[in-house]
Amino acid sequence: MVSGDLKLRIKNLKRYEVSSRDNILKEVLKNQPVDRALPVIDIPVTTTPLEWIEALKVRLDLLHVTVHEVTDYAAIKTILQQEAIPQERTVTTIAELGDVSVYIENVKEDAHSLEDVDLAIIPAHFGVAENGAMWVTESLIQYRVLPFITQQLAIVVNKKDIVYNMHQAYERIAGTQYDFGVFIAGPSKTADIEQSLVLGAHGPKGLTIFLLD
Amino acid sequence: MHSTITNHADAAINFNLDEPRVDWHDKTLWFIREKRDLASHAIPEWEQLREYASQIKNNVLSNLSQYLQDFEEKAKANGVIVHWAADAAEHNQIVHSILKKHQIDRMVKSKSMLTEECGLNEYLEHNGVEVIDTDLGERIVQLAQEPPSHIVLPCIHWKKEEIGELFHKHLGTKKGASDPKYLTAAAREHLRETFLTRRAALTGVNFAIAETGEFVVSTNEGNADMGAHLADVHIACMGIEKIIPKQAHLGVFLRLLARSATGQPITTYSSHFKKPQPHQEVHIVLVDNGRSVHLGKEDFRNSLKCIRCAACMNTCPVYRRSGGHSYHNAVAGPIGSILTPNFDMRANKDLPFASTLCGSCSNVCPVKIDIHDQLYKWRQVLMKEGLGPTTKNASMKMMGWVLSKPALYDISGKAARMVLKYTPFVVSNKLNPWYKQREMPAPPKESFKEWYKKNRG
Ligand code: SF4
Repeated sequence: MVSGDLKLRIKNLKRYEVSSRDNILKEVLKNQPVDRALPVIDIPVTTTPLEWIEALKVRLDLLHVTVHEVTDYAAIKTILQQEAIPQERTVTTIAELGDVSVYIENVKEDAHSLEDVDLAIIPAHFGVAENGAMWVTESLIQYRVLPFITQQLAIVVNKKDIVYNMHQAYERIAGTQYDFGVFIAGPSKTADIEQSLVLGAHGPKGLTIFLLD
Repeated sequence: MHSTITNHADAAINFNLDEPRVDWHDKTLWFIREKRDLASHAIPEWEQLREYASQIKNNVLSNLSQYLQDFEEKAKANGVIVHWAADAAEHNQIVHSILKKHQIDRMVKSKSMLTEECGLNEYLEHNGVEVIDTDLGERIVQLAQEPPSHIVLPCIHWKKEEIGELFHKHLGTKKGASDPKYLTAAAREHLRETFLTRRAALTGVNFAIAETGEFVVSTNEGNADMGAHLADVHIACMGIEKIIPKQAHLGVFLRLLARSATGQPITTYSSHFKKPQPHQEVHIVLVDNGRSVHLGKEDFRNSLKCIRCAACMNTCPVYRRSGGHSYHNAVAGPIGSILTPNFDMRANKDLPFASTLCGSCSNVCPVKIDIHDQLYKWRQVLMKEGLGPTTKNASMKMMGWVLSKPALYDISGKAARMVLKYTPFVVSNKLNPWYKQREMPAPPKESFKEWYKKNRG
């Protein structure tokens, strides 16, 4: 049972909220300066896609990312099998890799059950050469928390899906549908203790990227 | 370690009692400033990007009421619940009411300077809600019962041995251990358990997009995502000035933000939250807390363009040698010194004087805020209001302190010449309170330090 006092407080709070919205908007409208136009963003890219891939590899190296250039999924499987550690929990959201790890698709399990995942292998829509960031959306990972909660992360991206900079990146994203999307650039990290870089703050301690022909 | 002195001069004098430590603090921040320089020089279009960012933000300020309504409409259509808070008290009440509705009394929080500004942690703790900060630096200062001293690097003033001691006490790490890897691993374990058991997560917001209703949160650690994705309730709190018009503008801001902050080309994670997960509630709290009034002040509204990169703090000779706590506010340094007087002119009257007006802050600011001009204008306002320096008060003490520290002007090489070129030391009226006693130099033939050394006696 809600006490009378609490009811009154909730009522007050509600009134506060409705009027706050209108008051804030009124005050903002009154005080905002005369219109200033938006700029037209025009940053031409002069380099070629081949150069972008080279730039990406240099950037990923600086981000402590392990890079494998591969021609097909069979090559990825071979590398995974060579590096596989028995008893580790490996999951993937890539159907082609379903026989070297557990393929998760539309699993209705609680996301918390992923807490003991050792390695997750996911695809990316595209990558960005200038900063090493990979664009990943919810539909590619099933669980939003998957690329964060796993101890190690591997991302597969097609070489033809590399752009140079973030302006091109948002051109690609424009008009696409996603409920959640994230740029991932390297493993989780922190330098909060005396500026010493430590990988694996809360998310993955390591990131591997497969660049697929 | 944390003092509660509320004027910059006294706090700075206190901070300077330990000279080697001040040198260390100074060098650490200068190192970050240098990383910022390297990262920005690697981008030929850097100045163009700053200009775009500045123009976009000018457009935002001039159309804010419409953008706020667009954002609200889109966010609601995405299934997000939108709240409006006039001030800190209302913000805190809203957050608390959401938690109460779900009968939640334990929450994780990722970095949000707004909640620091509003005093949310204290409010919730008084109301029986436990809040755990999950950014490593913030967790460290939280365990030490201190506020962050820097908006990007909350525990930049802590030494690893002290953090080792703190963790030994609170997390049971080995006595005397101070290896950052070992300490970070301990925090990871402790916070992982926390993430897995909390039903509510609060995050800040770096950018909110009017066009799509999504909001973007940038972290290196992944703590915002670990909290938000595992929680039944995600509350995102933002100042109303965080809106940007279009998704494409993120291209400009994400290129500038991390490079300006730490010299990284982008943070590890840039998460775009659009719709809640099934069975999840997402709330956005839009907070005014003085911003709408601030918007009406022509001379000072530009400071609302700030994207909280902290470049102006890292480059500021006074910040580096006085520490974040000496600014007695959630946002310290040059930007804090021009934001906080809008909020409470009397309580923060000392801060516009906590500067050499060297202009380095304005030169690095990615959204081109005229920071040092605003500092100077605040001095004019404070003088008019009778809050300026007199021989006795804190502001004068501040000027005295700045002048007694030649190191504040000891900027090496090219930077010095560049800075001196823009140095408004020549301003010679009573608004530069120490002008009266001292001859101003004629830049740039002679460095200020050299001049000062010659003329000190
Ligand atoms: S004022 Fe400019 S430099 Fe300072 S934190 Fe804000 S955006 Fe960064």
